[in-house]
Amino acid sequence: MSIWEYANPVKFIRTTDKVLPWIAGLAAVALVIGLGWGFFFTPDDYRQGSTVKIIYIHVPSAFLAINAWLMMLVASLIWIVRRHHVSALAARAAAPVGAVMTLIALITGAIWGQPMWGTWWEWDPRLTSFLILFLFYLGYMALWEAIENDDTAADLTSILCLVGSVFALLSRYAVNFWNQGLHQGSSVMRAGAATGDTTERVSNVFAVPLFISIAGFALLFIALVFLRTQTEIRARRMRALLARERQA
Amino acid sequence: MIALLIRDLRLAVRAGGGFGLGLAFFLIVVVLVPFAVGPQTQLLAAISPGVLWIGALLACLLSLDRIFALDWEDGSLDLLATAPLPMEGVVSVKALAHWLTTGLPLVLVAPLLGVLLNLPVQGYGWLVVSLAIGTPALSVIGTFGAALTVGLKRGGLLMSLLVLPLYVPTLIFGAEVARRGADGLAVKTALLMEAGISFGVIALLPFASAAVLRINIR
Repeated sequence: MSIWEYANPVKFIRTTDKVLPWIAGLAAVALVIGLGWGFFFTPDDYRQGSTVKIIYIHVPSAFLAINAWLMMLVASLIWIVRRHHVSALAARAAAPVGAVMTLIALITGAIWGQPMWGTWWEWDPRLTSFLILFLFYLGYMALWEAIENDDTAADLTSILCLVGSVFALLSRYAVNFWNQGLHQGSSVMRAGAATGDTTERVSNVFAVPLFISIAGFALLFIALVFLRTQTEIRARRMRALLARERQA
Repeated sequence: MIALLIRDLRLAVRAGGGFGLGLAFFLIVVVLVPFAVGPQTQLLAAISPGVLWIGALLACLLSLDRIFALDWEDGSLDLLATAPLPMEGVVSVKALAHWLTTGLPLVLVAPLLGVLLNLPVQGYGWLVVSLAIGTPALSVIGTFGAALTVGLKRGGLLMSLLVLPLYVPTLIFGAEVARRGADGLAVKTALLMEAGISFGVIALLPFASAAVLRINIR
């Protein structure tokens, strides 16, 4: 019993069909609890007032924007090394979801930045690298759409994903050098978490619903990727059937 | 390899004016900028390194689709693929030819255009150095983009979308060197970073470009 068994499309669809309702249901529950708790049952921040509550959308979507690309990177590597079609299709399925997450992070960041920093957009390293990440997502999706042969498209996009990952990292550090920003460092997981020192990190009052929201977004991402991968597999199978019929 | 390089250079100079296109575009961009932002010399001096870098980058981008498109259409790319020269070599030579016909002239013309934009005196040396180090990377990255989109009809727009984010690190450090040079600040860190990225790209990216080209020719 190894994980490669799920590289078989039939097996993949059968298994994901079974777990999909559970994951989707859990995602819905976690999102309702996390967002509901975050929006309605947390106190206003001492200085930021109620604008702080956009954190329950901003942080999870930003977290997933990066991790979706990571997942695409792993899937592309698997496609290059072991040539499992499901893997390539999963990478393809994850791209639009990741792009939307990036866009959500950018937009909620702008909405949050306006009252806090006094500006919708700032050429800050984090903001800039997210914009670049968004461009990478766009290029990746466009390349998938542009190439007609499925295998060629999978090969080219996976190489683009590898090269793009290196350049995305480079850009991340380059923009750091280029401009010091307004955006704070990551404070959700600061050292204070272990010692219970609440001055250095996000207080538990805000952190617990935040983690639930992150879990909800992650489950939502997994559910969407499973669903979209199934759709891609079925679409490809349909095309294969049509092609066979035309030949017969 | 040398034969291929000479062939590519000849084609670029003689056929279709691909040679002057980038230069003309660079000139036009730089001439149009003062009309757009106004003729204040201080303002122009402040933005001139960035404008020159952007102009060079866009001029480079403009001529990228010529790298493989013609060879793809007339089938010589298939011949090159079956030739004893490995694909990595072909890709590197193509990038070198592109740099010699586009990047190098841009580097040489940039100081002249710097005069038009009132670039401070101490900035000229660093501008040329940063462009000389950065433009080969632009050519190599562009070759990767051209190889990705070689089989596509009207792949130009897609190629720009793919290549532009890849240009970001080179642009940041290159323009930073030129800007700091013009302001009389220390350039060492930025210069080392730019050189590191440039050499890393030149050393590694041809393998990716060759892999992509093999997939496209398959």
